[in-house]
Amino acid sequence: MAVDAARYSLKLSPRTKRRKLVNLLAQALATIAALAAVAVLALVVVSVAQRGASALSWGFFTKTAATFGQGGGGVANALVGSIVIVGLATAMAVPVGILIALYVAEFAPPRVADLTRLVLDVLNGLPSIIIGIFVYGLLVIGSGQAAWKGSFALAIIMLPLIARATQEVLALVPSSLREGALALGASRWRTVLGVVLPTSLGGIVTGTVLAVARAAGETAPLLFTTSIAANAVTWDPRQPLLSIPFDIFALSESPDPADHARAWALGFVLITFVLVTSLTARLLLARHRKKLEG
Amino acid sequence: MTIETDTINEVAPIEIAQPREAPRSAADREVVFEARDLTISYGNAPAVADVNLSLYRNLVAAIIGPSGCGKSTFLRSLNRMNDLIPGARVDGEVFYHGQNIYGDGVDPVEVRRRIGMVFQKPNPFPKSIYDNIAWGLRVLGMKDQLDDRVERALTQAALWDEVKDRLKKGAFGLSGGQQQRLCIARAIAVEPDVVLLDEPASALDPIATSKIEDLIHELKNDYTFVIVTHNMQQAARVADMTAFFTLERTESGGHGVLVEYDETPKIFTQPADKRTEGYVTGRFG
Repeated sequence: MAVDAARYSLKLSPRTKRRKLVNLLAQALATIAALAAVAVLALVVVSVAQRGASALSWGFFTKTAATFGQGGGGVANALVGSIVIVGLATAMAVPVGILIALYVAEFAPPRVADLTRLVLDVLNGLPSIIIGIFVYGLLVIGSGQAAWKGSFALAIIMLPLIARATQEVLALVPSSLREGALALGASRWRTVLGVVLPTSLGGIVTGTVLAVARAAGETAPLLFTTSIAANAVTWDPRQPLLSIPFDIFALSESPDPADHARAWALGFVLITFVLVTSLTARLLLARHRKKLEG
Repeated sequence: MTIETDTINEVAPIEIAQPREAPRSAADREVVFEARDLTISYGNAPAVADVNLSLYRNLVAAIIGPSGCGKSTFLRSLNRMNDLIPGARVDGEVFYHGQNIYGDGVDPVEVRRRIGMVFQKPNPFPKSIYDNIAWGLRVLGMKDQLDDRVERALTQAALWDEVKDRLKKGAFGLSGGQQQRLCIARAIAVEPDVVLLDEPASALDPIATSKIEDLIHELKNDYTFVIVTHNMQQAARVADMTAFFTLERTESGGHGVLVEYDETPKIFTQPADKRTEGYVTGRFG
């Protein structure tokens, strides 16, 4: 009996050929889109680094802006300002953010928890300039700008990030651990403090680090709340301090081409900080997951 | 037919625990728990209904029965662990040394402090072996002679020799059976009155299982144990008293009921109820 070659053919027919082409095309487009994202990041980092490299020096980190025409000068005032503003914002946002997450994950009735999560997501989506104006109206009018007021605005930006990230890692803590602690006669709060929080510490640190990275680059909330031009190097949060994003702006507007290079260099410092903290956060989270899975 | 105690292993299909002392009738024993018309529901559907049952001091009670018959639900009602499940409701009463644990003014945290629990899957804390035991002690304010207490609990749980050189190491490095014994040590370290065991060996291999069973034998003079088990041989080996629960089908689904509760040998050799007989002889249905 002759084999029906056409019926059992394993070669491509015109129709399957077309399907295969469409498949290839879709795959190629998706791959190109993904590569484009990587390329954009690489281009930004490389171009910023290239233009700013010439300005990077010891003096860049230790001096403040020089008087026009004298050359030299650095960004120490902006670096210190950003450290103070972001550090204080973190100190404000972390405890409140963790408490919100604990409420949502451990204490709230399911419906209220859902609502709180929604509110946090909406807060996260608020344009940062709105938060800047809000804090301006709340704290700045009448008494002037100060670094801590900028911190307050940044803390509002960080709060939903920290609360949501923490709440998600708290939800990962197996309920069997809570039951084990409660079955010993521990109260809910002791259970949270002694078992749930230590178990999720890695994830909480990760969420905080990501929020810090985000806050460090925020510009709009600081526009009305702290200085955009202060030149003094001080750690006093009651003073209006300069921050990295505004120094980048100020330097790029300067008539001196050397300042333009400094703006690029400061941008490079900021990008490096964000990249390093984001990667550290990833690493911490991976380690934390591994620990939980035993 | 009567079974002579020294030939029981050859005669009975299931090996039955031999009391070390002359069996005293349960009636002379102090009652630790008394459930009266206890019904536990999730939402509006009862999971287990109308349980009347007394548990006695220093006797191991086993709860056996098919899946879904409410064994674990009943067990968890004895230390108010069901409170943690949203929608769980308890009707009826559970008297613990005469006090209704669902009565007014009873604090579930106090209840659990006296009535400890070991779960189906070992659930050590992500802490060191030492801190797994010490944490509960610290929380309950039993901080004097912490080291001694930790050592005693681990010794009682037959784990001390295996872990004494690695107390500061993480508990996740232990085998499943060791982790479960650690959980038992954690539960008894805080000196509870009763220890509830919810299928404590179901996730363990036979050797680890037999260690857990030996442990229950060793410790039954100090604590009152209630053990839920899927494994009838296990109930026969460790329990003085056995309760058989089954699933009663109703129009709206079904719920667990207590069929029979008696001394273990009686349940396994001369059960009063046909359903018990069907279950223990493997002709379930």
